[in-house]
Amino acid sequence: MAPAQRPDNTLSGGPSPWLPQKGTVVSRQRQTHDVITLGLEVPGTFSYHPGQFNMLYVHGVGEVPISISGHRTAENGHTVVFHTIKVVGNVTQALARLKKGESLGIRGPYGSAWPIETFAGNDLVLIAGGIGLAPLRPLFLHVLEHREAFGNVFLLYGARTPADIVFRRDLEQWRKRFDINIEVTVDHAWAGWYGNVGVVTKLVARAPFDPVHAVCYICGPEIMMWFTVQTLRERGVPDTNVFLSMERNMKCAIGFCGHCQYGPEFICKDGPVFPLPKIWKYLRIREL
Amino acid sequence: MQSLKEVIQKTEFFQGLEDRHLDLIAGCARLVVFQPGEYLFKEGREAQHFFLIRHGRVSIELHIPPRGQVMIQTVGPGEILGWSWLVPPHRWRFDAKALTVVRAIRFDGQCIRTKCESDHTLGYELMKRFTAVMAERLQATRIQLLDIYGTGSKTG
Ligand SMILES: Cc1cc2nc3c(=O)[nH]c(=O)nc-3n(C[C@H](O)[C@H](O)[C@H](O)COP(=O)(O)OP(=O)(O)OC[C@H]3O[C@@H](n4cnc5c(N)ncnc54)[C@H](O)[C@@H]3O)c2cc1C
Ligand code: FES
Repeated sequence: MAPAQRPDNTLSGGPSPWLPQKGTVVSRQRQTHDVITLGLEVPGTFSYHPGQFNMLYVHGVGEVPISISGHRTAENGHTVVFHTIKVVGNVTQALARLKKGESLGIRGPYGSAWPIETFAGNDLVLIAGGIGLAPLRPLFLHVLEHREAFGNVFLLYGARTPADIVFRRDLEQWRKRFDINIEVTVDHAWAGWYGNVGVVTKLVARAPFDPVHAVCYICGPEIMMWFTVQTLRERGVPDTNVFLSMERNMKCAIGFCGHCQYGPEFICKDGPVFPLPKIWKYLRIREL
Repeated sequence: MQSLKEVIQKTEFFQGLEDRHLDLIAGCARLVVFQPGEYLFKEGREAQHFFLIRHGRVSIELHIPPRGQVMIQTVGPGEILGWSWLVPPHRWRFDAKALTVVRAIRFDGQCIRTKCESDHTLGYELMKRFTAVMAERLQATRIQLLDIYGTGSKTG
């Protein structure tokens, strides 16, 4: 997975990139009270790069961009693509209500990917907040598969409370490995939690990576990414080694409608993953 | 075996202190161990110490009826715990509980205060370090208050 250039958009590579294909719900895994991972079976192979997203269409309700959080090949040779969805409004609610066997429309994959190939030998620092772990998960799995190619690897994850931690089982499994560093923190906790309490920036400030040779991948709420970037700068990580995944409302997802414009960039086409220098100056502009 | 002064000298918090100041501080310090569940201090009690955590994790907590014990922050290796010893009325504002086995250096606040009064250079050096810790905690608390993953945030 994840060669440097974008893959052919298998699902949208047909006659029209607008045309969704049928995806069938084959698994539902509840992550937290408001987050669910849907396994969607699509015909044949499905190639994508970590960091890319699909447009998911619920019949009669609407269409939303959702990052790809993983995949597997089904026994029948088709591909099951995983999407991890937080319920915030109409469409995400409708997605979360879909039962096994029900279908939806899916088109993609779209957007830029986390750059990784050019960073062999570097320390890698993946920093996620809340459901921002979903788009980073395929990148982390890729890194685990090619572990020997990189220096020290860190996954620093912040959530609101222990009950809001997503991919808990994955985190527990990954933690058993000796060749990666996983730190989880929550903003608020109560008796029974034995992990860190405090903001994710504190993990970033203390993780023992080599700032000059570290490549950092950040995904989470914008304000969390902004504070994280400040901390990385204080530690001396060059801006050119920092990548962020951005979010805006979308409609076409292929650079036509302008819905997702962010400064001079279109998030659907130029992003969602951007190198920090490209978007830094727009990060704290209110109107954007 | 390392002397207490050597242990203190190697910590980030005390880095750069003059040798004579390290001697003064080491004279007010002792190594302590807490078992999981043991309290390092409790809210309302007189604050006579501060700690430098060497190993393990300490939870700073507050009892909020009817919610019970709420964890506000955790403190781990290399971090300083407690500054109420520095500020009148010298009473702890929170509970501090060991979540794991905790090894720490405990500093006698009264002893350090007395030495700072008679050696203002030491006082200034310590004040600079504590101000940096307080500023870092204040910033962290502000971010926590923003509730960045709460309702209203998309990727939260
Ligand atoms: C590239 C990309 C990848 C994404 N990946 C994921 C993912 O993996 N998992 C996931 O749960 N969500 C993801 N999202 C966010 C998801 O697309 C939105 O939560 C979804 O569109 C909301 O639709 P809705 O109809 O449920 O809510 P709506 O009713 O449309 O919105 C509810 C509230 O959220 C606001 N809102 C809606 N969409 C956005 C947005 N994109 N940015 C800021 N505010 C918004 C609305 O103004 C409204 O206040 C991603 C977004 C993008 C752009
Ligand atoms: S969603 Fe239409 S241009 Fe990006």
